[in-house]
Amino acid sequence: MQDTLNQSKTVVIVGATSLIAQHCARQWLAVGGIGRMVLVGRDAARLQGVADDLQVRQPQARVEVLAGDVTQAASIAALVQRLAAQGVPDVVLIAHGSLPDQPQCQTDLASAEEAMAVNGLSPALCAEAFAGLMQPLGRGTIGIIGSVAGDRGRKSNYVYGAAKGLVERYAEGLQHRLAGTGVQVVLVKPGPTDTPMTAHLKARGAKLASVEQVAQAVVRGMARGTPVVYAPAKWALIMAVIRNLPRVVFHKMDI
Amino acid sequence: MVAVRSWGRLSAEDHDLRVLSERPLTHLPRDPGQHGLAFGMGRSYGDVCLNPGGALWSMRGLDRFIAWDEATGELTCEGGMLLRDIQRSFAPRGWMLPVTPGTQLATVGGAIANDVHGKNHHVHGSFGDHVQELRLLRTDGTLIRCGPQLHPDWFAATVGGLGLTGVVTQATLRLRPVPSAWLDTETLPYGSLNEFFALADASEAGWEHTVSWIDCLSGGDPGRTRGIFLRANAAPDAPPGAQPPRDHQRTVPFAPPVSLVNRLSLRPFNAAYYHLNRRRAGRALQHYEPFSYPLDNLQEWNRIYGRRGFYQYQCVVPRPHGPDAVAALLHQITASGQGSFLGVLKTFGNRESVGLLSFPQPGVTLALDFPNLGERTLRLFEQLDAVVAEAGGRLYPAKDARMPRALFEAGYPRLAQFLPYRDPNIRSAMSLRLMGD
Repeated sequence: MQDTLNQSKTVVIVGATSLIAQHCARQWLAVGGIGRMVLVGRDAARLQGVADDLQVRQPQARVEVLAGDVTQAASIAALVQRLAAQGVPDVVLIAHGSLPDQPQCQTDLASAEEAMAVNGLSPALCAEAFAGLMQPLGRGTIGIIGSVAGDRGRKSNYVYGAAKGLVERYAEGLQHRLAGTGVQVVLVKPGPTDTPMTAHLKARGAKLASVEQVAQAVVRGMARGTPVVYAPAKWALIMAVIRNLPRVVFHKMDI
Repeated sequence: MVAVRSWGRLSAEDHDLRVLSERPLTHLPRDPGQHGLAFGMGRSYGDVCLNPGGALWSMRGLDRFIAWDEATGELTCEGGMLLRDIQRSFAPRGWMLPVTPGTQLATVGGAIANDVHGKNHHVHGSFGDHVQELRLLRTDGTLIRCGPQLHPDWFAATVGGLGLTGVVTQATLRLRPVPSAWLDTETLPYGSLNEFFALADASEAGWEHTVSWIDCLSGGDPGRTRGIFLRANAAPDAPPGAQPPRDHQRTVPFAPPVSLVNRLSLRPFNAAYYHLNRRRAGRALQHYEPFSYPLDNLQEWNRIYGRRGFYQYQCVVPRPHGPDAVAALLHQITASGQGSFLGVLKTFGNRESVGLLSFPQPGVTLALDFPNLGERTLRLFEQLDAVVAEAGGRLYPAKDARMPRALFEAGYPRLAQFLPYRDPNIRSAMSLRLMGD
């Protein structure tokens, strides 16, 4: 929005080693207007690799890394406090996740639990923590990467879908709470995207959206404050059909 | 398994596609006994980037910058980095790649493996001349650092080594300071081969970029071979108020059943192109992107050659034989009525390349696309091969899909010196064809 022109803008990316997050960061830095970018994730060494790349791309911005566990409520709170000590970020992107193996989740409840924690609970708690910082100031944008998989539970990946469905409901509630405060919450739902997470799909010949395309949708959606963004846009139509299929038809489908 | 085509779209064969994304990369994934090959953007025309039935290591995920030294202009990046990303990140800061091919949609690793050249060979040589150091990962897990000073033998084998010595995981390149992202260009129509050579010679000292488009059907008589000569230098400033061109991507939507480049379209197109550019003759300021990469905004332009795909034929012949050989080549092409809109004729500078199998050498290079008409096209190539062999020239592996082994061996006398540096578990359709393994 307007404050894209503000040189001192701070961007925080949680799960910054994800490919979509990296490409969002590249696009933000290419446009300019960002003074400081903080990359948050589990593995400091991997984060530093991303930071080096971004720093070469945009020497004028200060790119920092902050390693920590974003799956435990207490450590999320601690991380966000450390960030807040240097000022409340203007833009936060919550991008972490992992695509679980559905059959494995069905036989191994611990895998299912972990998948739901990483893909559902953790992004929701991160959003909550940042919303708490931004609301008193009445400004800021929180972007959360959800998934089209959250739109309807399907046998091929309903553990992941359930987690992403949680994120969607959470984002919806936050949007309701923050309506009119100046804080924006944007939920982006990418379709299958060409990333390491989906390399096995690509190897089977699936048509995947490019990560640049999805990143562009994230960056644009967050600049405009669009509440729900499908990336690419055609997924809005596809998922509208899938959501509205009568159960008798849906249950005959192998998806 | 995924069907993969190279840029010429001559075949679509199954490959075991493995996306490399681990950092640091310590091993190359493949099944026991399987051969692999690094794959970037698939912009090579023929079979140098294909490995049917084997593993193909997709490098596109490894596209990060690692370090940049403003004082020396040295940039370290991963092997899957796109040349376009380097140009777009650095041109606004006054630095550019000294050498790029006619597309910037190629990876750094691919540019090294094919030791690509550009329109400024007479000033800056080929891509390998600007590589300070590279890291080569072998299938046995060893990592070899090499450069012009460090293990120069490995370096000479890997630059232009067609991806057969290992995988280039990262490279340090020396960029070149430029006064602006704009070029001061001049367009000069010519009406005979003699005129072309006179222009090329006269431009070598004062112009950094030189290239010419040639009407491939006008070569019946060397005295009437027409074309458009382009030359350019870096412009000191951008024109007032000028903006870099916006990305305006178009896509050729599908491959028509027959080539759109055919006997009916070729002659009128070439005539129209010639006359249009003749009217544009003279000086102009142009941004580097449309000048250097005119086709990059037309995605999948290779589809215009139809479902059977196309070949590119690019040769270089030593300068003393240049005028006669080029005249003979054009004569054969005109007589056959085959050819394309995109004939390119240019001279290379008087410098040898770094790599044992590098293509550029002092002389004249002619490049032309040919729709795949099967036997007819291959027969024409045999005639062209004879001219190239006679003149002591060679063909460009990055563009090739069919050269006979004898021509390859004659054109690349340092092949025997190269072979010991091959990685035994890496091969391509081309290495099978031209090296028997």
